[in-house]
Amino acid sequence: MSLELTNNIIEALPQIEGYVYPNEGNVHPLWSVPIVVYPYITGLVAGAFIMASLVRVFNVKVLEPVYRLALLTALAFLLCAPLPLLFHLGHPERCFEVMMTPHLSSPMAMFGFVYAWYLMAVLLLELWFDYRADFVHWSQTERGLRGVVYRLFTLGVHDVSEKAVQLDARMGKIISVVGIPSAFLLHGYVGFIFGSIKANPWWGNVLMPIIFIFSAIVSGMALCVAMYMVLSWARRVPADIRCLDSMKTFLFYALVMDAALEGLDWLHRLYSADESIQILKSLAFGKLFNSLLIVQACLGTLVPLVVLGIMQLVRREIPVVIRRRCYFTTSVLILTGVLAMRWNVVIGGQLFSKSLRGFTAYKFDFAGQEGWLLSGALLLLPFIILGVFVKLFLSEKVWPAHGSSPAAASPAS
Amino acid sequence: MSEGLSRRHVLRRLGGALAGAVSLTAARAAKAAVQKGLASADAPKGYDPSQHKWLMAIDVERCIGCGSCVEACKAENHVPDSPVYFRTWIERYLVLKPKLGAGETRGEVIVDSPNGGMRKGGLKDFKPVPKEEILRGFYVPKLCNLCEQSPCSQVCPVGATFDTPDGAVLVDSKYCIGCGFCIQACPYGCRFMNPVTRTAEKCTLCYHRITRGLKPACVEVCPGEARIFGDLKNIAPDDPIQRFFETRKAQPLKPHLGTKPRVQYAGLDMEVR
Repeated sequence: MSLELTNNIIEALPQIEGYVYPNEGNVHPLWSVPIVVYPYITGLVAGAFIMASLVRVFNVKVLEPVYRLALLTALAFLLCAPLPLLFHLGHPERCFEVMMTPHLSSPMAMFGFVYAWYLMAVLLLELWFDYRADFVHWSQTERGLRGVVYRLFTLGVHDVSEKAVQLDARMGKIISVVGIPSAFLLHGYVGFIFGSIKANPWWGNVLMPIIFIFSAIVSGMALCVAMYMVLSWARRVPADIRCLDSMKTFLFYALVMDAALEGLDWLHRLYSADESIQILKSLAFGKLFNSLLIVQACLGTLVPLVVLGIMQLVRREIPVVIRRRCYFTTSVLILTGVLAMRWNVVIGGQLFSKSLRGFTAYKFDFAGQEGWLLSGALLLLPFIILGVFVKLFLSEKVWPAHGSSPAAASPAS
Repeated sequence: MSEGLSRRHVLRRLGGALAGAVSLTAARAAKAAVQKGLASADAPKGYDPSQHKWLMAIDVERCIGCGSCVEACKAENHVPDSPVYFRTWIERYLVLKPKLGAGETRGEVIVDSPNGGMRKGGLKDFKPVPKEEILRGFYVPKLCNLCEQSPCSQVCPVGATFDTPDGAVLVDSKYCIGCGFCIQACPYGCRFMNPVTRTAEKCTLCYHRITRGLKPACVEVCPGEARIFGDLKNIAPDDPIQRFFETRKAQPLKPHLGTKPRVQYAGLDMEVR
């Protein structure tokens, strides 16, 4: 393409308003949809894990039916978490340098360590200790490929004496206790990647990691609710309403915290009104109006807050069917709202110039490395993996009593 | 599976593997740090970076906005032809007169940099504004601000971008993973992702030239001597950079961010960010 033609095309782009630094004038944000998907996925991991820890660490027995589902959800999403990052890199073949020669002052260099720690030391270990006795039992009862898989997962340890099973439970609890700060670390660090960028007033904010953690908890819990309801629906068994009520109570309080923190962030920005406030206000009411004010603030936060708040107050008077429907709808709304929040942070932060004098543009891309197709596929992949996990580890065939406590189904108890 | 393989054994082996992985990482990091210290990107053999401290200063009042520097930089450093990327560029500031009776010191401020201010390519010119509407107008050349606390080097996850002892901030394009974090972290918009190499790129102060005793390309071609370049460790008698700091009051861009830019501007206006 000739220089003049390229230049004319760029000049003709109507979306660029005001003055942007010439290097910012590209219509494709540097960090595009994959980087929106990345914090969304890690957030779901952290949130689902917190949901599971409520059972192990805080002994919320009523949530027992979703304990394993929550852990498996966390694992399915964690396995996919690095993919958007990898696909986004200019040189994916050099990705291991982040772990092999990390530059320790970079928050992004911590990714490898945080990820490896969370996957290896927390999630996989906790799941293994939780499932170990079951694996031993299933490896003896199951034949074929399934049997081989279970035999492999026993890692050669077949001891299911009472003492060993007790040790498993104790180890599971210890790992869960370690896991909570680890989940905070996993997602707090993602927030820190954005929060530490002082060049960008939309990102550089001390509250950012905390907002990320709470939105992660909210989204992960909402995902657990939705997955539990979908699984029950698929198996034609009624979801335990007490469990759902309890999940939604926790979700409501987490959402209150999340909304309060985000509100505080805006209040602080508006009140302290530094040099960036004009452009950020224009951003919120202009290019981000739909995704920030409509989807994130109204549909994703206010509506669920009101609905869940009413549920908290007058739950007993509301029929179970309505409750279920409200729970499912609010979960989907919250999940959409948090996705919009990630969009607003990642894309929103690149829609204005660091000269604070103009707006850049976002051009919808379908195919390609930064396109919606790939990101959509990356977002779908964890659900497929979760489906496989459910077939293998929550299957009615091997674990018929999934509605009751896992201990009841365990052969050793 | 043997009965002797207990959970203890499995855990011990897992622990061993983890310890191995961690020590391997540490060893690799140490090796990379040593390599970085010895690397002399684009510099000739025998060049000792510890004996120099390069700096560029800008005299805003001497810039005539001709764009020669932008063009020279593009040619010298093979900056991608696509006109949206620049290692250096010229911004035009037009402070318009306030409306009559508005009670203000200045009116609207127009800032633009069509094609980075590179006018000689036969491309679009700065848009004309009637002279009588203009209160004041000036041009500001922009380049890497050579920050002492460079946020771009700080955030690079692999250390591909680094501060040299002689005052430049460079990118090792054979090592950069192309994550774009440094581009986000630069408050001055000086970095971009090279669409060809898919790595981050920026002004190097023409490191291949200055280490051979030449001036950076932009300084070489500047007809108004708006760009003043020198070696602070080897100040010559009547050195332009010495004279600049003796005669002009200068300030950096966005000092509140604490990046401590070493590039200083004389004659800066409050509108420049």
